[in-house]
This record gives sequence, C-alpha cells and structure tokens, in this order.
Amino acid sequence: MVEVKDLDVTFDTGKHRVRALAGVSFSIAAGESFGLVGESGSGKTTVLRVLAGLVREWNGAITVAGKPLRSDRDKDAKRAIQMVFQDPYGSLHPKHTVDRILAEPLQIHGIGDIENRVKETLEQVQLGPTFRFRYPHQLSGGQRQRVAIARALILRPKLLLLDEPTSALDVSIQAEVLNLLAKLRRDLDLTYILVSHDLAVVAQLCHRLAIMRTGDIVETADAQKLAKGELTHPYSRQLLTASKGFDRAAIAAFADL
Amino acid sequence: MTMAKPILEVRNLNIRFNTPTGVNHVVRDVSFTLGREKLAIVGESGSGKSQTARAILGLTPGTVNAEKLEFDGQNLLGLSNAQWRQIRGRRITMVMQDPKYSLNPVIRIGDQLMEAAARTSPRGQLKARAIKMLEAVKIRDPERVFRAWPHELSGGMGQRAMIAMMLVTEPELLIADEPTSALDVTVRLQVLAILDDLVKTRDMGLIFISHDLKLVSTFCDRVLVMYAGQILEELDAKHLHDAKHPYTRGLLACTPNLETPADVLPTLQRDPSWMAPVRR
Repeated sequence: MVEVKDLDVTFDTGKHRVRALAGVSFSIAAGESFGLVGESGSGKTTVLRVLAGLVREWNGAITVAGKPLRSDRDKDAKRAIQMVFQDPYGSLHPKHTVDRILAEPLQIHGIGDIENRVKETLEQVQLGPTFRFRYPHQLSGGQRQRVAIARALILRPKLLLLDEPTSALDVSIQAEVLNLLAKLRRDLDLTYILVSHDLAVVAQLCHRLAIMRTGDIVETADAQKLAKGELTHPYSRQLLTASKGFDRAAIAAFADL
Repeated sequence: MTMAKPILEVRNLNIRFNTPTGVNHVVRDVSFTLGREKLAIVGESGSGKSQTARAILGLTPGTVNAEKLEFDGQNLLGLSNAQWRQIRGRRITMVMQDPKYSLNPVIRIGDQLMEAAARTSPRGQLKARAIKMLEAVKIRDPERVFRAWPHELSGGMGQRAMIAMMLVTEPELLIADEPTSALDVTVRLQVLAILDDLVKTRDMGLIFISHDLKLVSTFCDRVLVMYAGQILEELDAKHLHDAKHPYTRGLLACTPNLETPADVLPTLQRDPSWMAPVRR
C-alpha cells in the first residue's frame, strides 16, 4: 500500500540546515496499521507531512497504492491520503459549523450528494445527526476529534495519517477514540500510519511499528515483539523502560539525550 | 510518611463561578492535608484539580469558601495583596504545564531567574544563586543557559529552568500542574527525578497535578482522585491498582496497556451517583 524508499528531507533557512529525515525506508501492507514512535525532533511528523503533501521538497521514492507519489499531485492522489491532526481544538475552524467543515472537502473535490455523505460520515464516527449544525466550541474534546476524523473520512481515503490523535484527550475519551479508529479501519479497509510517543497507544492500535531517532528509523518490530518487550536497539529499550513509569534506577541508567 | 506538622490543611474547600446561566460549583467540599510528601491530584479535565491548586495560591477567579485553608499555620483566606506577596512566589510556588508559555519569551533565562531570586536573596548574590539553581536541576552548562533566550532551549531544558526559577526562593510547598505532560517520555522521567530529589533534600511538600495514573502511581506517595469537583477517593500511590471506587477502576481499565493490548478497550460508563455528595 505504502512504499517509502530513502526519504530525505532537509530544511534550509539559509542560515541553518536541518536534515530532518536521513534516508527513511519502510513499507506498509494494505489494511495494516503502522506506528511511528519517537521523541520530538525525531522526524516522525515530517514523514506524515511529506505523505500528506504538506512538505513538498523531498528526495527519495514513495509509492502509494501502486502509484508513485510526486510533489505535485492531482486531486485523486490527494483524496486517497487524508490526515487527522493532534489538537482538535486547533484543527477545526471555530466559525464553521460541523456541516460546513465536512462539506468543504466535498465541494473542493466537486463531489455532489453532500447531504447524504455528511450524514453517513457522522454516523461512521458515531456522532448523531444533532451534531451537524453545531459549532466546534459546543463540542467536547472527544467529539471534536470525531469531527476531525469525519472530515478526513468523508473523501473516502485509502490511507489515513494520524498525528497523535489522542494525546490531547483524557484517557476515558482516548479509549473511545482508539476503539472507533480500530473499528473504522476494519469496516472501511483503511490503512493507518499513526504517529505517537505513547507506546501503549501504538500497542493498542498498530500491527507494526518503527522507532525513529534523529531522522532515522532505528528499529522496526511487530506488535507481538512490542508487547513482549523484545525490542533490541538500546534507544527502543530506553523508551520501553520510560513507558513503565517512574523508576529511579532506570532513570539513572538513561543515556544522555 | 509522618504527618506530625502538616504544611497545608484544606477543609471543605468550595469554589464557585457566577455565570450568566447560574452558579457553577466547580470544587465541592474538598479536604486534605499535606506533609513533607508528594501528593498527587488526578482527574479528567474539568474535575476541579487545577482550580483547587489555584485556590491555594489565591489565583482562582472564582469565589472561594473554605472552613479552613491554612499554610504553615497561617490562614490563607482573606489575605491582603501585600501578605500574598510574602507567600506566593516565595514560600509557595507553582510550575505550569508548558515552559513555552510560562517563560517570558523576551527576557533571558538568567534575568528571569534573578528576578525570582531577588524576592529572598540580596542583590549581590543573585547571579550566584541563579547559577547554583540551574546546577541543582542538572543543567550541564549553566552559564550558557543563564545567557540563553527561552526559544533557544528545548522543552526539557525550558521546564528545568522553570523549576529552577520556582525553587530559587526555597519554597516549602511546590505546586506542579501537569509539569511534564509537554515533555518527551525520557526527559519527563529525568525532570521528575529532579523533583523527587528536591522534595527529599529540601524537606518540601509537593502537590502534583496529573491525569497520568501510571506515572502518579510510581512517582507520588498519596493520590487524591477527583471527579466533578469532589475527591472521590484517597489512596496510597503504591496501592492505586487496588482502588475501590468504580470511577478510579474505570479510568485504570480504559488506559491502554503495553503488555496486554485489548481487542476493544473498556470505556468508562459514568454513573450519575458519582456526582452525589461524597462522605469521606
């Protein structure tokens, strides 16, 4: 479904050059959910932004659904890849109703049948029809993130890019959103790339994961290995230890960051 | 944990907000005492945990009522601004969630630290104090950070600088409102280790506000679980997993588990009876 080979991104401001991605390669099967884990600055979000078309200057080769991805894409290619952002408080237009938020992508892509598509998509994300004419400030954080997911789904994409979709939510709401995402992937045959710093969230939602550090993938593993704690790279092991909570002995052993 | 002489005593704290649509009662009859220990307040957004902390600092915009709100034997209710200045930022300090917003972006770290230190230290010693505090929070090159602007620091460094600033007056009580949720996991633990050392060596009380149950159960001594403005349950942090209240148990159950991922995560079924006044 997704094939990324030697992806290289350098941000150049004239004064500073930052090599955000240094030859990243991975592949994802159709219907698979793939996790990208790493700390800030590791490049995990840059991978998503390249795939979403938000970063246009990159080197390497990417194919999505058998077609090579170029920096300039047609509408079909854009429709196939949609993204859900981290903060549902920032990603929805505060002065647009849910209806307008969901209708806009359809209008841009010249798709009719807006009425039915909006209703159907709201149902998919388990929001009732009463939510259709509300504004974002009338929704809770979990409901907003459902609207953001609906906006991504309404174009019937094949690949959904999820950038920390639950890190701004309470754990009780996070559980509901994670369950919804798992159900949507099965029902709609979607492929996911999930960026997260929370290994437990990745273990919950993903089949495989890659651990990134300073623009590079240090280790790829499947969900079983992650659950059993069988990661081998020292950095992955450190993340694994850190996710277990506060432990003085373990912290003292952390390598310099 | 010896509770011989509590630093803080809170009895039946209530906070209300007057809104055009009526009175919003956000903290209801909250009572607890704090010794030289790490006390966690956990709960979801809107549970009243941050407002409780702000009331202790006299910073909530709501109306505060309490039977008792005493810091080191001194009544905090009805203090004048001048009296507050003797306490707030000196004897009780607070670390906020995100150093990106809580540090002044146009003042160098060192100048901000010295401004805080000036509350308790003579002018000639300010720089030495500031540098010493930066060392205490394990910043390797304190001279460089002293001269740095906030935007030149990473999140972890910024939060360490913030903690240094809050500790430079040697407070007896530190309130930390989600101090590490903006930080990466490994940096988060390193910052917590610094707080842990400081509580131990300086004999300080720490109120740690968080929504991360796993972190709290491994880091703190005691945990207060808040829901809809009330304390539902008080537990030893070590025994958090033996929580009795269905709300605490529900929260624990819906947290994803690394070792045993569930097919479908249990979700929290909220019971209206949790809203009823709690007898503790």
